[in-house]
Amino acid sequence: MKQILFEQLNETLYHETLENGLEVYILPKEGVNKTYATFTTKYGSVDNNFIPIGDKESIKVPDGIAHFLEHKMFEDEEGDVFQLFSKQGASANAFTSFTRTAYLFSSTSEVEKNLVTLLDFVQHPYFTEESVEKEKGIIGQEITMYDDNPDWRVYFGVIENMFHHHPVKIDIAGTIESIDKITKDLLYTCYETFYHPKNMVLFVVGAIEPEAIFQLVKENQGKKTFKEMQTIERIFDQEPATVAKTKEVLKMSVHTPKCLVGFKEKEQTKQGSELLKHELSINILLDLMLGQSSSNYEKLYNEGLIDDSFSFDYSAEKGFGFSIIGGDTKDPDQLVRTLEEMVQAFTSSPLDEKAVTRAIKKKIGAFLRAINSPEYIANQFTRYQFNEMNLFDVVDTLESLTIEELAQKAKEHFDLEMFTVCQVLPK
Amino acid sequence: MRLLNTKLTEQNVNGINLHVIETNKYKTNTIVLHIRTPLNKETVTKRALLPYILQSGTETFPSRLEIRSYLDELYGATLGVDVSKKGENQILSFRMDVANEKYLKDKTPLLEETIKLLAEILLKPTKENNAFESSIVNNEKRNLSQRIQSIFDDKIRYANMRITEEMCKDEPYGLSVWGYEEEITAVTPEQIYEEYQAMLVNDDIDLYIVGDVQTEEISKLVEKYFIFPGNRLTRDRKEVSVNSNQKVEKENEIFEEQDIKQGKLHIGFRTATTYNDEDYFAMQMFNGLFGGFSHSKLFINVREKASLAYYASSRYESHKGILMVMSGIEFTNYSQAVTIIKEQLKSMQSGDFTEKEIEQTKAVIKNQILETVDVARGYVELLHHNAIATKKRTIDDWLTGIDQVTKEDIVKVGQKVQLDTIYFLKGKGEK
Repeated sequence: MKQILFEQLNETLYHETLENGLEVYILPKEGVNKTYATFTTKYGSVDNNFIPIGDKESIKVPDGIAHFLEHKMFEDEEGDVFQLFSKQGASANAFTSFTRTAYLFSSTSEVEKNLVTLLDFVQHPYFTEESVEKEKGIIGQEITMYDDNPDWRVYFGVIENMFHHHPVKIDIAGTIESIDKITKDLLYTCYETFYHPKNMVLFVVGAIEPEAIFQLVKENQGKKTFKEMQTIERIFDQEPATVAKTKEVLKMSVHTPKCLVGFKEKEQTKQGSELLKHELSINILLDLMLGQSSSNYEKLYNEGLIDDSFSFDYSAEKGFGFSIIGGDTKDPDQLVRTLEEMVQAFTSSPLDEKAVTRAIKKKIGAFLRAINSPEYIANQFTRYQFNEMNLFDVVDTLESLTIEELAQKAKEHFDLEMFTVCQVLPK
Repeated sequence: MRLLNTKLTEQNVNGINLHVIETNKYKTNTIVLHIRTPLNKETVTKRALLPYILQSGTETFPSRLEIRSYLDELYGATLGVDVSKKGENQILSFRMDVANEKYLKDKTPLLEETIKLLAEILLKPTKENNAFESSIVNNEKRNLSQRIQSIFDDKIRYANMRITEEMCKDEPYGLSVWGYEEEITAVTPEQIYEEYQAMLVNDDIDLYIVGDVQTEEISKLVEKYFIFPGNRLTRDRKEVSVNSNQKVEKENEIFEEQDIKQGKLHIGFRTATTYNDEDYFAMQMFNGLFGGFSHSKLFINVREKASLAYYASSRYESHKGILMVMSGIEFTNYSQAVTIIKEQLKSMQSGDFTEKEIEQTKAVIKNQILETVDVARGYVELLHHNAIATKKRTIDDWLTGIDQVTKEDIVKVGQKVQLDTIYFLKGKGEK
């Protein structure tokens, strides 16, 4: 196993790629009770058009299938895998994002047993027509629950506005109609293609001995056979460098209007250290422009245009990127106008050097806080890995940012041509 | 002791209860300040405003902007305030987190600066004419109104608030910790300031500091910066008595309509068991088997077998002794879901669960406790139960307490559980 030492952070990470292609990362943590493991495939809601393993023709699958598959993985011949984990004192879970599906457990005892359970159930698909039908009722209620949630609707609304074709605009769970088209055979097709060890990462963090854990994983994987390795071909339509829609208003049963604005990235092809630098820069810029210590925030707050639900965030994966800003507001149109003015003023005036230094310090502190959490380390490390970047490069990259680069990024990203608005208003 | 490398020291410093947890698990230091007061209709709104007003300006940093800039200087130390309910107490909380300078190239004494800042936020607010600054008060009044309104927008939270209101109409527990909109309009900066002074004199204050720290040094810092007006040194903790033995006269059924797609079914039970009771752990086990986990009766029967819901779970409020079931279902499935849930209670009460399931639940609860103490704030929350209740328990007491519960204990505690109120939020014009 390779050891990677992060001296400043006092952490050692162990890494090895297995023969079947699986990447294994192990991070021992002293003094904690808990071990947390994630087994993640690079397969999410955006992967809806691809060439199945062993085939030549591409297929388009129903919206929400990656998420549906995540639900169904927990079932095998003997029943529910959740049961097995809880018998072993662990709590298990899973989530599907735009680009990943992760299975995870955390436990303070019987770590090795739980780890084997994790590897085995994710690598053992078992679907029947009957159980697929039953799941449609449960996921149907999950979809309806989100339909009633104004925060979710406005968030997805603003993403939908940005994209013409890219499947990131499709709700991760799909719709009641789209999931109705899911069959057991389609689930197997997606499974076979995307759950190949070569497309997956295992990350284990906690009170563990790296060598023993690694041996266990290696042995477990050695017993299993997989189809021959193959590069997955995903098909995406050409996405125009404009927003699809500049404004959308939804009417819901709410008391307070909700308003989010977004900036779409013209083209997001960056990967590796370039992407890391880019996303850290946009995050710093958002904080400088609208963070709680900015005069803009103070103005918005004192004018009553925002309250403590106000937030902002930048997300990027290969193929798409965007920042989203907003929250509850009593005057959504005035909020949009004021934000536009603030963005204009921000991108056309020089950055304040002291404020930049302070924002970078703040980010470094936030990173140290984040890596207290095994969940954060495992989930984020995997995301970084899938984008060819390294989580533990964050502090060095932050320290290397220059005012000139930041100013350049500000002009590129906060472009009012790429701006869009979504509001939820009371019915 | 199962907790590796941690040392807990509890003492009274300047009239506040200081709890220091020394541990080298984290790369940051965590500070949590909890202020406890009995829930009361007269004061609840004023109290709900207080933490937000206090975090908006001090003598040295007279505006929100100045406080926030200073926090950024301290390597992005975080400050969050909150209001919550534990039993019939209203808890005001201030939570801070600051990087441990050990992991930084810069060696600023971050922890001392953070403690000093928190003391200043609590004790030296910016003032005008012996009251809080009216511009700050106005901002926070508006913010609080919006926070109260936003509960309506989140239908799960709304249903939870409504059932509590209905079920505990005549009990302090039925009050909303966020207060009431009509009171917000009426209250003046002078009245809030008066309430603030009463808080400093009368309320229980618990300060928790967790991290790679030295207890002695922390005590000195707290003694130096947390200087209260008046004398808090001699005061005892106030116990709030909770009437958890309320008998259910008649089951309550409440329907409400809104323009929504999914029905929210919330069912409140009285358990007559609180944190102070000997059968507290049996109740924890009951809740775990009934609706606490994915192997529980509710999850299996409402979700997995009947496919009625995405979530169907229960939560036990141990300082009030109430158990709340919640689920999101189709409007037309109301009767079926209620029937299934009632059946699950009966089957729990008649001991229709196996030793295996008991072991499973014990394993999961113990795992949860150990995981919680891994997180600084989680550990603080567990310890804070002792500050609220008359009963004091260590983490080891929790673990052994769960271990010792028998099937008979669970059945016995289950027989005390009584359905009190069913609340259903459904669509407009739905039957």
